[in-house]
Amino acid sequence: MNEAEYSPETTQREDVESVTRRSFLGALLGFGTVVVGAALSVPLIRFALHPLLTKTTEIGWSDVGKIDEFAALAAPAKRLIKVEQLDAWRKIISEKAIYVVPAKNGAVRVLSPICPHLGCSIPWNETKQEFICPCHVAVFAKDGALISGPARRSMDELNSKVEDGMLKVRYQYFRQLIPQKEALS
Amino acid sequence: MAEANQSEKKPVHPYGSRWQRLYHWFNRRTGIGMLLHEALDEPIPGGARWAYVFGSVLLFLFISQTITGIFLALYYVPSAASAHTTIAYIVKEVTGGSFLRSLHAYGSSAVVIVLLLHLTQTYLYGAYKGRRELLWISGCVLLGLMLAMAFTGYLLPWDQKAYFATTVGTNMASDVPLIGGWLKRFMRGGNEMGTLTVSRFFVAHVFFIPAVIIGLIATHVYLFRKAGAAGPPSEDPIHPRLPAQRFYPRQVVMDTIVALVMILILGTLSHFAPTELGPKANPADTQYVPRPEWYYLPIFQWLKYWRGPYAIIGIVVIPAITAALLVLVPFIDRRLERRPWRRPIAVGIFLLILAGFVGMGLMSVRDDRRDPSIAKQVAKQREETEEFMRQPFEPEGAATSISAPMVIVVDPLAAAGKKVYEGESCDACHGENGVGTAAAPKLVGATAQKPTEELANLLRHPTAKMIEGEMKPVDVSDEDLKALIAYIKSLK
Repeated sequence: MNEAEYSPETTQREDVESVTRRSFLGALLGFGTVVVGAALSVPLIRFALHPLLTKTTEIGWSDVGKIDEFAALAAPAKRLIKVEQLDAWRKIISEKAIYVVPAKNGAVRVLSPICPHLGCSIPWNETKQEFICPCHVAVFAKDGALISGPARRSMDELNSKVEDGMLKVRYQYFRQLIPQKEALS
Repeated sequence: MAEANQSEKKPVHPYGSRWQRLYHWFNRRTGIGMLLHEALDEPIPGGARWAYVFGSVLLFLFISQTITGIFLALYYVPSAASAHTTIAYIVKEVTGGSFLRSLHAYGSSAVVIVLLLHLTQTYLYGAYKGRRELLWISGCVLLGLMLAMAFTGYLLPWDQKAYFATTVGTNMASDVPLIGGWLKRFMRGGNEMGTLTVSRFFVAHVFFIPAVIIGLIATHVYLFRKAGAAGPPSEDPIHPRLPAQRFYPRQVVMDTIVALVMILILGTLSHFAPTELGPKANPADTQYVPRPEWYYLPIFQWLKYWRGPYAIIGIVVIPAITAALLVLVPFIDRRLERRPWRRPIAVGIFLLILAGFVGMGLMSVRDDRRDPSIAKQVAKQREETEEFMRQPFEPEGAATSISAPMVIVVDPLAAAGKKVYEGESCDACHGENGVGTAAAPKLVGATAQKPTEELANLLRHPTAKMIEGEMKPVDVSDEDLKALIAYIKSLK
């Protein structure tokens, strides 16, 4: 800037405020800004964390098929179910795979195909008669029991019931990598 | 002596030598001291004043709008199908969503108010004089861009008032000579308002215009610092004579206090009187009375007076001349005299235009109050907005979920009621299975959940509001009415 544009008084009078006063005000302003900024960021953070702060709606029962279909079940049967879910502002119908496996006394159990190790989808190996996870080779028996591999628990069973001859299941996700089954809400 | 002064200047804190060392370490690497000096030690001839706060407050408001806007974008989808649902989701479901949206909406009004104050102060103080032409012009362009932000942002919720106000706003563009029709199609992304209009306005509102604004704010501040603060009207705009004060601390404190008051006002308004969202845009609604946001009311009123072939004068020529006059003021008014009482013509014209704007705005409000049919419709719209706000959030696609596409009526009474529903042509207005049409509201949801007695009473004796909407009293036997109610209650 041109020197001539400042009169002598202008430049001399620049130091009117004493240094201590300046730094006191500076500290006050800095402190005030931090406090007000923190207060203002609370609604912003709550807004951004909304999906974590609210409970997801409980998933209802989905039809798997007539229970008679599974009367003489020898090997695990893969079925696709339709799950009605609330995806933020949308109601969606998503398709999920499940396995219906034979249990004692002619009953059936429903297994989630999601590997309890790191969440890959496990296919049923017809020739070996085992569930073998394609990612890290966790191996499970016909009933989902852990045989070998890095998984720390057996395949997760889903809640199921029979109503009016219809097999119904409630789809859920479970926490990975831990030895016990823990549903994610 | 000079040396003694130098050493006195260095602040000595008995406790803070570690902090000072840290500051030195940081300063050597970043040059923050020089930056702070550059930012804070700007000389203000004549000292700090409350009149100078508006520029800083505008910058503060712009930052606030940017932050709230970015956060709102977390949950917003710019399409005609989802825009309204996502805003309803923000307002009714998301934690603090209504508050944040209100901060953003009220913030836009605050920007317009402070812009006008900033402009008025600069004009009355003659602070555009003395090698400040480019500074003034960049400010004028910023004013235009901010108004464009207000215009584009207004459409995004895609509710009734957004839709109709923007329909009118974009239609005005078609009066521009030669390129009018093209301009309108360009803004809308076609002949009609639709999903392309939403995405265009969204991109303009959040990417394009803000990018230009940020660049221009930087230019504006740079040009301001280059020219220096003009000081009070008695000051020489090129060679200031008055003793100066630094920007920091006094002016900074004043700016901060006003910014804090601004936050307080916006926060209080947003908390106690949050901005409402109206029902979703319904292009088939022929009753709707669109009204622009308050700062566009003067222009809205102005357009009423221009009819037929002369409309172009009112819509294009006069506004263009006014805008050109505003932009070119520093070239037209070249004297260095800044005191307003010595510039009667310049100040007179400005105050006249300002009074014209205020007058037009007030007249538009008065006109609406005087016309009973408009006043009634506006009151009805107000009611509809409040009704929409009371209803719980309804997710998108709720009508196409598993249970809805085929409404299977199991209950025999309800099945009989379905026949009555169709026989009495209820479906003509309320839609198949009561999903609602442009002519009448849906019955699924809130209506279907009303108690039987209330429904029976409403069907036999519709309310005044229902009759106004062409609802006829249902004239069927008690038995049929019972069936009809069972059917309505079975709707989900």
